[in-house]
Amino acid sequence: MNALKNPAHRAWLVLLVATSITWYLGEVGAAGTLAIVAMLVIAFVKGRLVILDFMELREAPRLWRALLEGWLILVSSLILLAYWISLK
Amino acid sequence: MCAMTTAALIPPETPQKRLPGDLAIWFFILAEMLAFAVFFASYAFARARNVEMFNLYQQTLDRNAGALNTFLLITGSWFVVRAVQAAHRNDQKAIPRNILLGFLCGGGFLVVKVFEYAAKFGAGISMSTNTFYMFYISLTFFHFMHVILGMVILTILWVQARKGVYGSHDAHGLESGAAYWHMVDLLWIILFPLVYVMR
Repeated sequence: MNALKNPAHRAWLVLLVATSITWYLGEVGAAGTLAIVAMLVIAFVKGRLVILDFMELREAPRLWRALLEGWLILVSSLILLAYWISLK
Repeated sequence: MCAMTTAALIPPETPQKRLPGDLAIWFFILAEMLAFAVFFASYAFARARNVEMFNLYQQTLDRNAGALNTFLLITGSWFVVRAVQAAHRNDQKAIPRNILLGFLCGGGFLVVKVFEYAAKFGAGISMSTNTFYMFYISLTFFHFMHVILGMVILTILWVQARKGVYGSHDAHGLESGAAYWHMVDLLWIILFPLVYVMR
């Protein structure tokens, strides 16, 4: 399993599995608070892997890593807020 | 002699923190991402005012096509990371090969998307049908244009890579283009669950 030492290969595998989970949740018609939170968490984890292991910002100056991860937090929070409003 | 012993005892310095590619591309990427953040938030808040309508029409979307396209962009990104890694170890043959494979994944994305659009437009759906389709079409089309731009960049990188421009001595241009390509992937990773699945 030498290939899995490469963070990009690991990220790729996790991204494929995570996408399959989101697709499956869609197939079974998952809806409501729990489903929304689960899908947002999955999207967040995926986005973070792209930022850290594909864009290779893990070892980048802290500012740029924070800017991109901050974007991810901002977008997920806004979506969560909007969905929370819609559930009320 | 003494200096040599000391040098051997000192652990190798941790590599310096480095931003891949050129600084300018990261400002460009950030600007693009902010534009998409506004788009994503607009969709989510518009949905909050029309939940039933959005939930109803979301079911007409082709989730399989959306998931397949996610696989294609993720894999396309992965090939481009491999191209960058190949440059760092001076594997001149693997650089253009992986860029080309990344480009083909992008091409696959466009083909799937064109079939998806054809089905929707064929059913008489347009931007003016309703708010949901207005968002679906404009968001995915705005992203579609970014995939095309990403593929134009990959083409330039491929031509340069074949000339042997990139290697362990300099991979800045390659890293900059790669970062843009990963952004296209990152945006779709949010867009797919948001527009196709979350309800």
